[in-house]
Parts: sequence; structure tokens; C-alpha cells
Amino acid sequence: MAYSEKVLDHYENPRNVGAFDKSEENVGTGMVGAPACGDVMKLQIRVGDDGRIEDARFKTYGCGSAIASSSLVTEWVKGKSLDEALEIKNSAIAEELALPPVKIHCSILAEDAIKAAVKDYKDKHGS
Amino acid sequence: MTVHPVYLDYSATTPVDPRVVDKMVPWLYDHYGNPASRSHSFGWEAEEAVEQARADVAALVNADPREIVWTSGATESNNLSIKGAAHFYAERGKHVITLKTEHKAVLDPCRELEREGYEVTYLDVMENGLVDLEVLKAAIRPDTVLVSIMFVNNEIGVIQPIEAIGEICRDKGIIFHVDAAQATGKVEIDLQKLKVDLMSFCAHKTYGPKGIGALYIRRKPRVRIEAQMHGGGHERGFRSGTLATHQIVGMGESFRLAKLEMKTENERIRMLRDRLWKGISEIEEVYLNGDLESRVPHNLNVSFNYVEGESLIMAVKELAVSSGSACTSASLEPSYVLRALGRNDELAHSSIRFTLGRFTTEEEIDFAVDLLKRRVDKLRDMSPLWEMVKEGVDLDSVQWAAH
Repeated sequence: MAYSEKVLDHYENPRNVGAFDKSEENVGTGMVGAPACGDVMKLQIRVGDDGRIEDARFKTYGCGSAIASSSLVTEWVKGKSLDEALEIKNSAIAEELALPPVKIHCSILAEDAIKAAVKDYKDKHGS
Repeated sequence: MTVHPVYLDYSATTPVDPRVVDKMVPWLYDHYGNPASRSHSFGWEAEEAVEQARADVAALVNADPREIVWTSGATESNNLSIKGAAHFYAERGKHVITLKTEHKAVLDPCRELEREGYEVTYLDVMENGLVDLEVLKAAIRPDTVLVSIMFVNNEIGVIQPIEAIGEICRDKGIIFHVDAAQATGKVEIDLQKLKVDLMSFCAHKTYGPKGIGALYIRRKPRVRIEAQMHGGGHERGFRSGTLATHQIVGMGESFRLAKLEMKTENERIRMLRDRLWKGISEIEEVYLNGDLESRVPHNLNVSFNYVEGESLIMAVKELAVSSGSACTSASLEPSYVLRALGRNDELAHSSIRFTLGRFTTEEEIDFAVDLLKRRVDKLRDMSPLWEMVKEGVDLDSVQWAAH
């Protein structure tokens, strides 16, 4: 399968790979997907005192498009408020990376990962 | 100019041996006659070349040249065998037996027979990829007319017990077809000894050109099939169509070379394959798929746990490898062959098939091992599953949000 330039760039130079301590108060962790389906994404956000996402990390088990989608969203969520981050749609991710139709599920997974990370953070803060 | 990756996908296709190309070319330039032309020397010399090639193909598998029919490749040979035999013997019964791990070129004709009202039993294989003879015997019914089982599996390289299966089928009067596309030049094939009725071959997995194959049809005891292609009655009516002299000459030469060289070549390739496996097995959490003993020396199929196969193939783009059969690599499904071995989805998703051949070198193997070690590390550093395993989490206990 031929990948787009942008997928290859994110795949070869993934941004923000790694992990935060998930027990930290200001960290939200979202894990989506299943090994049996061939994709698992873990996205973490660290939220500043101003309520904005100041940093993000990911780890992904999955194909090149899944890795690229998660790498991309770590860049996109930075500087956004939680509500703004929730507005990131899979269609925008798919468009940015020029994902073929069979890889759209990777962008959906990345959107779900954002939602899960934000939810985890909000649950921690009882809101 | 782009630098090509190291080619380790010989089971998808092999390069054509330069000696084969040299033999083919004159049949495109000066000797362009139609082998069916009986009225001039152009036809006579082409016919002679075709018959020499037929003898060379027959010699590799110890058959009579009159038992060899030219086709366009193993897919056509499989279609002609399975549909042709099932149709011819339909009055005897409409039950066919094959394996779940067969190539699509066998499974899809079987599906077609099902649409026509036949019943097909798709047998499970054992964990090592081999058919259990007792399971096969138990599946045979009074109305079973055909058994189709491959010689060498294309994904995991295991060699099925063809001799024993032949005995079972002959004993019950069942036609036995064998897809030997991946076997020629890799295992000894003696059709005087094996009780096989129909056997499919192609040239392009044995250093010949694409687009040419052959079907062995036993004469004693005589096996009958219904032709699929009509028009002209070429190949004794089994397969009409003008013979592609240059392709046939290429197949003949590639099989002649295989007979001459396979013994020493296979020893060399086995050494390289063992060197590759030794290097790869130094990586944590790697699993060999399929039996290592009853296996061609050319194949190594390995699952790299906690790393997804497609991204691994991308990570080792300096290597031309595949995650399974080239025929199914357009789909996102994990390998159905590995699933049939009882491998879980994760391991089936993380497999790579390395297939070596005539032009593989020791340097290439060492390069591949070094690259794999580094890239598997990189992907595992990126893998949430690997992280959890290292933290001591049992992945089977995790509630995954399936999607």
C-alpha cells in the first residue's frame, strides 16, 4: 500500500512518543482499540492551570496510518482547551493525512482517543 | 535511480534466472512460429521446443511428458483440476475435501463448486500447520470425489504428507489433486511414487517467467477432467489456446535447472534461513509459525509479538517482505492461515514471511537481522501493549473497547 508523504513523515519521525505518569493529577489518559483488531492507541494529555492542554504523549500499536494519526493529534491538541480538543474530528485527521478509505478507522480511533483522554481528566476532577 | 530493498519475498515470485531469459529470447525474435503450424519449419521448430520443455518439466517430477498440459499458471491449473474433476465425476458424488490453509486459487474454485451445489469440507490443520491424517480419513464420505491438498504452504512453507494422503485417496478411489506451485525445486517430487492424480505447477516461483504453468494429469490409472477452455483442441483437448512458445521454453529451462541444482541450492538456502532464524530468535517474544522440520528451507514465518505487522513491514522498508500471501495483502484481515494454526489475532497480526532464494546472500541476511532488531525495538518503544507487558499487566485480563 502506498502511503501519503504526511503519513510517512509522522511514521518515520513520530512526534511526542512516550508516556506521562498516569497517576498525576493533571494528566488525562485515554486508551482505545483492541489488540485483536490490530490497533491500540494510548493518548495522554497534560493540562495546565489555565485549563489548556500544555503537552501530549502517545503510544500506538497499529499500522502506519494509526501511528501517524495519533502522532498528529498530539500536535493538534497542544494549546487547546478541553472543549476545543473535543472538536477535532476524524474527518480533519483523515484529510490532513490523506488516508485512503480502508484507513479511515485509524482517524476515528484517534478522535476516540482524544475523547477518552479528556474524559479521564474530567473524571479525575469531578466535572 | 531508486535503490531496491533486499528481496526476501521469493514465495511471491522469483526473479527469472538470466540463463532462462537467454533461452527464451530467440523464441521471440527469429523463431516466432506457432507450434500448432504443421505446414512449415517455423511451426516444426516451435513444436520441437515445446516438446523439449514438456520433457524437462516432466523430468523434474518423474512423470511422462504426455501427462503434462500447459496452462497460464498454477491458478488456472487449480481451477482446471478442481472444477474439471468435480464436474467430470459429478455422477459419482458431489463432495470435495480441502484444507482451510490452502491458497485462494484452491479455496475460490471450491467456493464456486459450492455455488453449483457441491459440498466442500474445509479441514482444520494441526498447530504445526500439517493435516492430521485421521481427521482427513474421518472426513471422507461415500460421495467424496476429490481431495485437494497443497504440497508446500505458501505462507508458512510446511510440507504436507502427500505420499500418505495419496495412499488414503487411492484406496478409496478418490481423485487427489495437489497444488505444487511452491514445491518445485524445493522438495523432491516423484510422481511414479506419489499416488497423486492431478498436480499444478507454475514457472514463476522457480526462476521462470510469469504467465505460464502446467498441469500433470495421470495416465495410469487414467484421470479424466472436463476442459474449461474450448477452441481448437490444443493440449489433447484439455486446454485450448495457442501455446506461448517463449514462455514454455522458459518454464522448461527453469525446471531443467531446478533438477540439476536443487540439492546443493537447498543446502545453501537452508544455511541462510537458519542463520536468519538464529539472529531473529535473539529478539524477545518472537514466535516461529508452522513446523520447522517438515518445511522447505526457503521459508521463515515469524510473529513479533506486540508489534503490528503492517507497521513492521513499513519499518523495515529496506527489506522486501510480506505479511502473508501477496494475493491477500490488499485486505486488512490477519492471515487466515495463521488463524487456522490457532494463533491468536495479535500474533496473526504481527507476522512477517521471509522467503529466501537463489540470489540471497549471507550479507543480506546479516543486514536483515540487524535492521529487524533495531526496528522492532523502536516499534516496541512506541507500543502501549509492550509497555503494559513490561509493567506486568496480563493483556488477556484487560477489557478492550473493541471497534
